[in-house]
Amino acid sequence: MTRTIRIECLRYHPETDAEPRLQAYEVPFTDDMSVLQGLQYIKDHLDGSLTFRWSCRMAICGSCGQMVNGVPRLGCETFLREFWPGTVRVEPLEHFPIVRDLAIDQSDFLAKLESVKPYLVQKAPPAGENTNLQAPEEMQAYYRYSKCINYLLCYAACPQYGLNPAFTGPAALTLLHRYNADSRDAGRAQRMPVVNQEDGVWGCTLVGYCSEVCPKDVDPARAVNQNKVNSTLDYFKHFLFPRAKEKS
Amino acid sequence: MQTVETDVIVVGAGGAGLRAAIAAAERAPQMRIALVSKVLPMRSHTVAAEGGAAGVTRREDSFDAHFNDTVSGGDWLCDQDVVDFFVRRCTGELEQLERWGCPWSRQADGHVNTRFFGGMSVQRTWFAADRSGFHMLHTLFQTSLKYPSIRRFDEYFCTELLAEDGAVRGVLCICIATGELVLLQAPSIVLATGGAGRVFRQNTNAGTVTGDGMGLAFRAGAALRDMEFVQWHPTCLPGTGILMTEACRGEGAILVNKDGYRYLQDYGLGPVDPWPRAKAMELGPRDRLSQAFWHERRKGRTLDTPGGPAVHLDLRHLGAKKIHERLPLITEAAKTFAGVDAVKEPIPVCPAVHYTMGGVATNVDCKAGLSGLYAAGECASVGIHGANRLGSNSLVEIVVFGRVAGESAAEHAGSASRKGISGAHLQSAERRVLEMLSNDRGEKLATLRDEMRDAMEDGVGIYRDDAGLRAACAKLASLRERHRAGVRLDDRSRAFNTEWLGAIELGFMLEVAQAMAHGALERRESRGAHRRLDFEPRDDAGFLRHTLARHAGEGAPRIDFRPVTITKSAPRERHYGGEGKKAVLT
Repeated sequence: MTRTIRIECLRYHPETDAEPRLQAYEVPFTDDMSVLQGLQYIKDHLDGSLTFRWSCRMAICGSCGQMVNGVPRLGCETFLREFWPGTVRVEPLEHFPIVRDLAIDQSDFLAKLESVKPYLVQKAPPAGENTNLQAPEEMQAYYRYSKCINYLLCYAACPQYGLNPAFTGPAALTLLHRYNADSRDAGRAQRMPVVNQEDGVWGCTLVGYCSEVCPKDVDPARAVNQNKVNSTLDYFKHFLFPRAKEKS
Repeated sequence: MQTVETDVIVVGAGGAGLRAAIAAAERAPQMRIALVSKVLPMRSHTVAAEGGAAGVTRREDSFDAHFNDTVSGGDWLCDQDVVDFFVRRCTGELEQLERWGCPWSRQADGHVNTRFFGGMSVQRTWFAADRSGFHMLHTLFQTSLKYPSIRRFDEYFCTELLAEDGAVRGVLCICIATGELVLLQAPSIVLATGGAGRVFRQNTNAGTVTGDGMGLAFRAGAALRDMEFVQWHPTCLPGTGILMTEACRGEGAILVNKDGYRYLQDYGLGPVDPWPRAKAMELGPRDRLSQAFWHERRKGRTLDTPGGPAVHLDLRHLGAKKIHERLPLITEAAKTFAGVDAVKEPIPVCPAVHYTMGGVATNVDCKAGLSGLYAAGECASVGIHGANRLGSNSLVEIVVFGRVAGESAAEHAGSASRKGISGAHLQSAERRVLEMLSNDRGEKLATLRDEMRDAMEDGVGIYRDDAGLRAACAKLASLRERHRAGVRLDDRSRAFNTEWLGAIELGFMLEVAQAMAHGALERRESRGAHRRLDFEPRDDAGFLRHTLARHAGEGAPRIDFRPVTITKSAPRERHYGGEGKKAVLT
């Protein structure tokens, strides 16, 4: 059955607009249509200038994070039927500069991601093996944190990032923890300065909204707060063993 | 116009492009590498690959077995010298990914686990739950950050591959955020832009999979090979085409028709028992399974769903624990996009276009038909897939040949002479792309795009015939003309104009679609994924040859044939099902 829903989109064009504004569209929809498909309908049939990112349309590529009625959500797995007969308001993710319409500038996040050294600082595999050995239980220590798809919903949810854009933030700190917690990694000592700095884990005030909005059950709040423990230990170790190296 | 001088340009930052960039950086640390992509690397379509990547590792496995599975799976259209090279490199590349941090699923003793896949005689597929592509892509992207010589051009769209005197010179790009044109110049260019599944209506592919690299190379004079071979994945959600990984069947799921009957036994894949066993029933190859669906539909034995006809993919007997541990992503996707709990209900599925076996023709060094041009991954046809790719060969292809392409490109850049692009050539390339923006005549983008997709579904589907293919060819020719006459854009501004990019992508897609349709018309036999109702048997005397499509300006492509390299496996009948031992799944 086809019904009609009102979708309001934030519009902003850097070449012509001083301020963002909302524009409303009446969109026919069926029960299986997502917010993303609603936007695609607008682009194809009503207004080819509406600008948004999308790609996989199956909640794995991380392109279509948006504010949907004020909540950070994935456009592709949020369905229009949830909002009818009310209105859906789609806006770019909060706390990020707008490039155009619903597309945000992601460069700050990319710089933060790079700052945490998100790669294995390698140990040699055991003698006679071409790969490291890692038991399923050892994978448990980090696997959850490796599932982050960089949708950035957690940054839009994080009040601290809104107040202080220098805060490293949930996804990047989670990735840092993912590598620190990996039994194959020897890079923890190199990453601890990022953890310990003022804009590292101590920027987090434990609101926990990041984990609530995470669609992939990554639980960034847990990762960040495990690192508060690590950071505290690290702080005291500096007194006890001033030149101690991380044990691998 | 901003001009950037560099040594190696890699177009596309999915698995193949990232692997190529890393390989070039490792081979020649002093070289400058430009990694250009229309999306952020982690948005690339590699991210959506689910099942896994093939590499010989078990004691009972061998390179010969992987070779034979691949060559027979490809219905003998594979270049066997290249397959031989490939199977020997797979495991090393997957081990390298492990050492870079890829969280491959493990056995209890800490070694990497492997699973069955269709058409593979041994459990050979390395996997990371059913997020294998996602983890490979993020591992490669994050690892690439270690190399300061890799300079990323995120969200830069390539409009033209610039070549003169038979050699590449650079690429013209749009910086998407601002709409400014940027010229990148280098003596070596690697294309790693993925496939072209979006030329069809029902497909598993991301919106970005529009054949850009194939179109870029084709127009610049490189040949496209074997484009008529398009893979339908047999288990996708009807309507959206969202992929339900082959790993479901690798872990033991079954396919039944509307009567609850395991219909694959009627199509040369049985008998049913003993089950499971390699290369039989649900562990048959994708071409055979998608073709079986087509017949079931004709016989009226499929279910009607709102998204179209379907059969049932039944996982229930695997149990909740195994389903959640091995197949979490598709369980979630089935719930979200089809409203089905895979633990309790079967999933309605049907075939959808999944993979482009053909692509830019290259040799084993990934060298394409222009000096300095290399291609790897789905946009390339290096010769390993033949007429039908086996599941899990492409995820490993992107790292095996991504690396080769990166190394070849770096070596070439070290010795090649550097020449700039001529002013007149650059200006005409610039004019072509800007004209699309200023044009105020013509039809809407969505109209032309949707007509193309329908033409491909109708005429170039799982089964094809002369009349249908001719109709598709005629339709594509007229669509190209209408595209040339002008796409009427609502948006004429420069900053982040995705409608403009869509019109350029449609131009690539129409030409790639023509190569598919004309290749299919000329191939008057049935082989692998290419089935002709009017030329049913395989015809080795006439068509044990590659097709080669050459760009011919505004007209239809010219189709030639080239020999296939056969080294040690003489063509014989493809055989699946039959007798066999019951397999023990780990």
